[in-house]
Amino acid sequence: MTISRREFMQWSAAMGATALAGCASTGGGSAGRVVVIGAGIGGATAAKYVKMWAPDIDVTVVEREGGFISCPISNLVLAGNATMTDISRDYSGLANRGIHVVRDNAVAIDPAAKTVRLAGGSTLGYDRLIVSPGVDFMYDTIPGLNNAAAQNQVLHAWKAGPQTLALKKQLESMRDGGVYVMHIPLAPYRCPPGPYERICQVADYFKRAKPKSKIIVLDSNPDLVSKAGLFRGAWNNLYKGMIDYRPNSEIVDVDVKGMTIKLQFGDVKGDVLNVVPPQRAGEIARQAGLITANNRWCGLDWKTCESIKVPGVHVLGDATLSANAMPKSASMANQHAKVCAAAVIALIKGQPVNPEPMIMNTCYSFVDAKNVIHVASVHAYSEADKTMTVVKGAGGLSDKPSELEGHYAWGWAKNIWADSLT
Amino acid sequence: MKSQWQWEWRWQRAGAWCAAGLIAGATAPVFAQDANAARALAATCFTCHGTDGRSVGGVPPSLAGQGKASLYQQLKDFKEGKRPGTIMPQQAKGYTDAQLELIAGYFAAVKP
Repeated sequence: MTISRREFMQWSAAMGATALAGCASTGGGSAGRVVVIGAGIGGATAAKYVKMWAPDIDVTVVEREGGFISCPISNLVLAGNATMTDISRDYSGLANRGIHVVRDNAVAIDPAAKTVRLAGGSTLGYDRLIVSPGVDFMYDTIPGLNNAAAQNQVLHAWKAGPQTLALKKQLESMRDGGVYVMHIPLAPYRCPPGPYERICQVADYFKRAKPKSKIIVLDSNPDLVSKAGLFRGAWNNLYKGMIDYRPNSEIVDVDVKGMTIKLQFGDVKGDVLNVVPPQRAGEIARQAGLITANNRWCGLDWKTCESIKVPGVHVLGDATLSANAMPKSASMANQHAKVCAAAVIALIKGQPVNPEPMIMNTCYSFVDAKNVIHVASVHAYSEADKTMTVVKGAGGLSDKPSELEGHYAWGWAKNIWADSLT
Repeated sequence: MKSQWQWEWRWQRAGAWCAAGLIAGATAPVFAQDANAARALAATCFTCHGTDGRSVGGVPPSLAGQGKASLYQQLKDFKEGKRPGTIMPQQAKGYTDAQLELIAGYFAAVKP
């Protein structure tokens, strides 16, 4: 008996469907195929935990960068309080677990055929797809920055990497007595306390190296978005007279040649401009129709991290439409990934999904080289609300900055990097 | 041997849905009876304390292989404000005693 190619495809598809019901394998000795797009904290953690908790599942992770550079701790690099080496890791830990690490760019998802097309030309089939694309910057909202030359001069440094070093160099070449201007977009954005930590780090550097310099903070928000009292206290105690904080200062445009940020009312000139633009889910999420809220974020079923729009596709990390009081943080991406990995395994194997997953958030911020403050929270899935809700009575803030928490913050960083990548 | 309160907790938390699972015993893969329930809770600790509680950072400390009773008591003390700390007194309040016991049991069973 011979079978045609078409019959073979139909049979394969049927076998795939059977595997999802938990009764058979898709062949090749594996219980199923999981593809992960993006090997930031979220994607790397998801790939690792699917493989660790279900070694019989075939896991492929697609990442366009050759290595991992951590956004957490990257603000310290600006001040010389940490190095790029400190925050850089490779992907050998994932490969050592038997995960296929493919360096490429995912350009299209076909949820009907269950395939991902890569820029390099190949196509990957999946039973479950996990998309952890991080954020893209909405430069179209800032006309003067909507070209590569302008973006190379007015940096965001909000994705750790070459821009981190480039901003450090700009700060180092600035004259003593110069003005550093940072713009913060309206929440939600990646890492709520990150901008205020960056102000502390730049101030720490100026205090040491160029004490006549000034910092102007143009915050689109009506007040500091995170750890407001603690940051204000640190600015007052450590950097008195150096920081000019201006709330409700949403950017309208940038005059790159004139080194001027234009606001609704008035312009602000600086020697170094650091504009963190508004953000949305990474491009592949838009391509795949995963964005469901404000043309920016991907809505999920928080019990499984599965898209509410595209079946079989799960989304993690900063690209998600956050549940109430859930920050876009590395801790959260790492914890989303474990909820997602357990659910993906259960769905592939036809086992029950955790009916009440929980996640925890921990965000540390350095107010100088050594002293740190934290914010923490616990979130649990609520069947009544059909989403993650904050567990009342749990979580909180530091009383004050401390070296002890600085010690814990470095321990947290080393552990989350290892937990996500090795 | 499961303690009485654990069963009670499951009745309270999961109600009749779980009761069906208890009757069916080991043959029915009900999530709350599965080791996966403890693993899912313990996994919320891995971010800071390392995968399976094996810390690579020195701090926060490794939890892998600690005695169940002692670990549970420490978590309870954090939760009830009897032991000072930075993050732990705040995070431990997010879990029921039964969940803390599942977490302690998970780490106790991991090889250090």
